[in-house]
Amino acid sequence: MSTKKMKVAVAAGLVSTMLSGVALVSGGANAATKKVNWSTVTSAKAAGGMSALIKAAKKEGHVNVITIPLAGWANYGLIMKDFTKKYGIKINDANPNGSSAQEITAIQQDKGRADAPDVVDVGTSYATSNLGLWAPYKVATWSLIPTASKDPSGRWFDDYGGYVAIGCDTKIVTTCPTSFADLTNPAYKNEVAINNNPTSASAAFYAVWAAAIANGGSYSNIAPGLTFFANLNKIGNFVPGGTAATAASGATPILIWWDYLQNGVAASVPGWKSVIPTDGTIAAYYTQAITKDAPDPAAARLWEEFLYSSLGQNLFLQGYARPIELPGMIANKTVNQGFLAKLPAAPKGALTFPTPAQVTTAGTTVDSNWPAAISGS
Amino acid sequence: MSDLITDASTSPSGVSDEIGTKRSLPGALIRSVRTGAPVVPFLAYVTFGLLIPMVVIINLAFRSSTGKLTLANLRTILAAGHLESGLLVGGQYRAGFENSLKLALVTSIIPGILGTFLAYAIATSNHALFKRLTAACSGVLAQFGGVNLAFMFIAALNATTGVVTHWLTEIGFNPWDHGFSLFKFWGVAFVYMYFQLPLMVLIITPAFAGLKESWREAASNLGASTWRYWRHVGLPVLAPAVLGGMFLLFGSGFSAYATAEALTGGTIAITPIQIGDILNGNVLANQANLGYALGFAMIVILLISVIGYALLRRRTSRWLR
Repeated sequence: MSTKKMKVAVAAGLVSTMLSGVALVSGGANAATKKVNWSTVTSAKAAGGMSALIKAAKKEGHVNVITIPLAGWANYGLIMKDFTKKYGIKINDANPNGSSAQEITAIQQDKGRADAPDVVDVGTSYATSNLGLWAPYKVATWSLIPTASKDPSGRWFDDYGGYVAIGCDTKIVTTCPTSFADLTNPAYKNEVAINNNPTSASAAFYAVWAAAIANGGSYSNIAPGLTFFANLNKIGNFVPGGTAATAASGATPILIWWDYLQNGVAASVPGWKSVIPTDGTIAAYYTQAITKDAPDPAAARLWEEFLYSSLGQNLFLQGYARPIELPGMIANKTVNQGFLAKLPAAPKGALTFPTPAQVTTAGTTVDSNWPAAISGS
Repeated sequence: MSDLITDASTSPSGVSDEIGTKRSLPGALIRSVRTGAPVVPFLAYVTFGLLIPMVVIINLAFRSSTGKLTLANLRTILAAGHLESGLLVGGQYRAGFENSLKLALVTSIIPGILGTFLAYAIATSNHALFKRLTAACSGVLAQFGGVNLAFMFIAALNATTGVVTHWLTEIGFNPWDHGFSLFKFWGVAFVYMYFQLPLMVLIITPAFAGLKESWREAASNLGASTWRYWRHVGLPVLAPAVLGGMFLLFGSGFSAYATAEALTGGTIAITPIQIGDILNGNVLANQANLGYALGFAMIVILLISVIGYALLRRRTSRWLR
């Protein structure tokens, strides 16, 4: 397989060299119609506006996305369908169930290939720690993205996210917990789960962090969260490995997960309810970035314009995720009120995030301490 | 693997030696190609599926995330953790290795011993049908691992909805109330034994064929008790096979990933799961080279167990001739 990959890479390399040769020649011969190199374009406005971008993107004909879950995740299935319907541009979604780490690996290994990822949707730390991989670009609605949620030069920008929430199957659990403190109730023995392992799964990691905040921790101190889960494990309430499937089967009647995914569970499990814990929670957003070597640079930029248009942002909202432009959209009244009404109320106060450095520190602490926290045979 | 290579290269020359000078060179060449050809797909498979990935892993294990040569990855994965204001710093990979080795030892020694007794019982049984049935079952169950197996145990034995848990609770013994957990070390070990035990039966059964009935008769004619027969004849003949089988189980228990991952949701800290965490990570970025270093360390440990198995197998096969 690896030789096949190499051959394809060599072929793609040849084609692109030939193409760039052609482009150079035609550019030289016809200097009047300035040839736009979309790989370096930092905003649609700078390169002839949206109509020029749409035209160039349609010419490319497709866009390569990666690890976008097909169904049940922030409405991505419909978002991709609507994009293709609107522009006639095909979306190639590689490795739909993959992870952020796999996205970075794919960019590094598929470099130069026609099917290399054009755009990524990664955990923020993967975007901020690989700045050299991204092409700076600012969507038309750039000003609606909060300053803390974007790179000043446009190499990365948050897209959607939500809060850590506690979901509960009311058919099995008589009184649902509404706070982390509630979870230690002996009535919940063998019932409380997080979504896999906090050393790799982002939802589980933020569940630990939310527990920390509920127990006197902060963005710079995740330790109380580890103590909380160590105790939950000791008293026998903790069960590992919660998913939509275990929630549906009843094996994990209480599941700590993102609020938008809880709503997905509720759609298929009658009686499933979720709340944002009253004693502490944390929000996290995923992050978009355009790859520097994107084989379809115009389509990649058009995809971002679509995601950050009020249409794209409302589609995220329809999937119960909170789009990053939500506060701005509420203010300028472009938000879909029907979708908004279905979200659980957000905690009061402005949306804040830990810094990338705080995320790394917390991640390293969890990495080292989680095995010990839940060990014991 | 080495057996195959030497077989392929020595047998053609052995043939031409026998026939001596009568054979012409092209004939010998054709013959050696003909005997060697069937091995080519296997060698290609091993090269692309094993050797090249191994070289890549070993190379990347000694690189930093920017590609520079370094020993830092190995140092990180072997370092012991230390406490800093009540929190551990580092040491999780070493703990992972300790858990993995413990799990591999437990799930090779216990099924190794039980499997030997079981195989003996099967080998000495007089029912042909029973023999065939158990052989077939062992073959199937030894391959029954991974996600299927994990979900079978979750469905049967999880605390809230497990069918068997429910029955046991009915008769007044809910194992979860007595310290049992499917998701912790002994739970995982228990599930591993489900495929390790039949695997041992499969491996060890041929060795009982090497215990010739005439030896036992000879020993008993010379006045040896059953105990003395086993002590001086049976066990010494069987020992290499039993130990070799345990080596193989050790390798299988040390490297199993999917079963533990599906069963515990990745919360048990064993090396294969830690590698999976790094490769599938969504939390800490740019750790891929640590994953390769862990892979390299696993290769070293598995090589030791494979070499041990190969050496012991050579001793075993002597008695089977």
